[in-house]
Amino acid sequence: MISHWSHDSQLKAHELLETYPEKRSAVMPLLYLAAKEHGHVTEDAMREVAELTGLTAAQVQSVASFYTMYRREPVGKYVVSVCTSISCYLRGADEVLAAIEDEAGVLDGETTPDGKITVEHVECAGACGGAPAVNVNWELIEGVEPDKARELIKWLRDAEPSVIFGDEMQLLFGGQQSFDWGPKEHQGAIAPLPAFDPYGTAKGERT
Amino acid sequence: MTTSILLERMIAHPSDSHTMARYLDTGGYATLKKALKKMKPEDVTAEVKASNIRGRGGASFPTGVKWGFLPPDTRPRYLVVNGDESEPGTFKDRMLLERDPHQLVEGIIISAYALDVHHAFVYIRGEYPKPARRLQRAVEEAYEAGYLGGDILGTGFDLDVTVHLGGGAYICGEETALLSSLEGRRGEPRIKPPFPAVEGLYAKPTIVNNVETISNVPWIVANGGAAYAAIGPETSSGTRVMSLSGHVKNPGDYEIVAGMSWKDLIYDVGGGIRDDNKLKAWIPGGASAPWFVPGEHLNTPVTIDDIARNGSMIGSGAVIVMDETTNVVGAAHRLVRFFSHESCGQCTPCREGTTWMERVLARILDGYGRPEDIGLLLDVSDNISPGLAWPPAMTTICPLGPSATAPVVSIMKYFRDEVEAMIEGGASNG
Repeated sequence: MISHWSHDSQLKAHELLETYPEKRSAVMPLLYLAAKEHGHVTEDAMREVAELTGLTAAQVQSVASFYTMYRREPVGKYVVSVCTSISCYLRGADEVLAAIEDEAGVLDGETTPDGKITVEHVECAGACGGAPAVNVNWELIEGVEPDKARELIKWLRDAEPSVIFGDEMQLLFGGQQSFDWGPKEHQGAIAPLPAFDPYGTAKGERT
Repeated sequence: MTTSILLERMIAHPSDSHTMARYLDTGGYATLKKALKKMKPEDVTAEVKASNIRGRGGASFPTGVKWGFLPPDTRPRYLVVNGDESEPGTFKDRMLLERDPHQLVEGIIISAYALDVHHAFVYIRGEYPKPARRLQRAVEEAYEAGYLGGDILGTGFDLDVTVHLGGGAYICGEETALLSSLEGRRGEPRIKPPFPAVEGLYAKPTIVNNVETISNVPWIVANGGAAYAAIGPETSSGTRVMSLSGHVKNPGDYEIVAGMSWKDLIYDVGGGIRDDNKLKAWIPGGASAPWFVPGEHLNTPVTIDDIARNGSMIGSGAVIVMDETTNVVGAAHRLVRFFSHESCGQCTPCREGTTWMERVLARILDGYGRPEDIGLLLDVSDNISPGLAWPPAMTTICPLGPSATAPVVSIMKYFRDEVEAMIEGGASNG
């Protein structure tokens, strides 16, 4: 059933199944791979993961529906996630979210009609020292002020970057960081999924 | 006060502390060679026990004691490193993973050798792809160098390490929920006992330790458990990385030795309060912890036991500072909203209680508070955690629900007049 997946994803799926002592453990990484193939976690995606792991589609759906990062509805090319938990809240995250909603012309949880940008608030992003924090496709920008947040939305809309690099966004739109990030990172996100090599959602290089 | 164990390399070599070359150049993997070639597994365990290190994930359980719970004869055993760091205010494991991943990898290999584990997992929260990429690269480098895989360093010891990305669920930081998740299930906590050391991943004996805890293992084994135990107060030994956030001038991760006062931590280490405002309150150990206030706690010591004696917890070492401009109902609402969103839904007191507390707090914020809301919030809290004490009594499988009562009880204890004023002010607050 996964024969329509890219060759690379098929190879990765079989590697993942070999990685864990029990096949079932591969459900979460396989859901990311399936989301990459389908754009989001569709019913077909869940059936394919079920077939690969020997579970029922209902079992896979029960897993997919538990976690916030498996999107079972289409999302924009760029998912802009504004952290509004306590430390970001104390540093003005609500104003950042409002600026982003206003600039994008959609409300929290919605996607722009052209399918480019989804705006959402998220619970703690783990970047509390660089509050307020914003993620685009799970690549991080810290110390974001409302006016810079507007610029970020314009940039996504107009420049439409094919790869999202955290360092680049931090330079353009960020401020105070949790800690010195050290050297430049050469990998970024090519989809609204965590850009983690083994699941095939990262891409380099830009220096 | 300036002892640096975990952050030394990344501070001295900011441009490449995460690389194998720099790690080797600064003495990395030498302890691994010593442990595998010159020490027996039980010798390693003895050093960890002697260090008195207590877990850095939140519960502060002594690591050596936890390791001792493994039943002697059951195999396989697993080591699972908890990098699901999701407690609001906490961002230390992010830094340890990004800036010094080999320190963690070496800690994993040494710990696995001590525990007779041949497959270790690192569970990293899904929102941390960059830390996961850095760790994955370090793991690959360790395989290439012969520190992972089969017959490590010619000693016959085998170990595989798998980096696993979560799906965005705070509850998976709770160790039994993490194991459910790693098995490819919903991240729902399990009833303890059995504890994971006896029945964990795939119902096999499993040790679950925090990223920071395991990152300390190379230093402990290199320098001896006694040397680690000699740093800081007896029951808060070693250093720990504190995450400072909120209204401090200098938010960030700081490696401290326990025993300094809160005043020292907030005003010296954190640089004081932004705009030189007055300090109103702070949360000493992440969103789950009861609040502290300057009038009662500023001169008390930052140690695991002193914080507990004063009715809160050091938790994950996350200090969230609030200045005089803070709307305490707004802050409590934000904290309760988090727990409401992250409740897994298994236990009724948590699922329903956090939902209703969020709604009542929102009502007060919107200017529609009722005089009886104060009693209602405390009553709901008392149904989640009878007696409203700390450590909390439990009506639930895990501590998430009881944690949600901490901000509610804290504002009623220290700022009840402000809550009452908001309720009386009605719509003028909205």
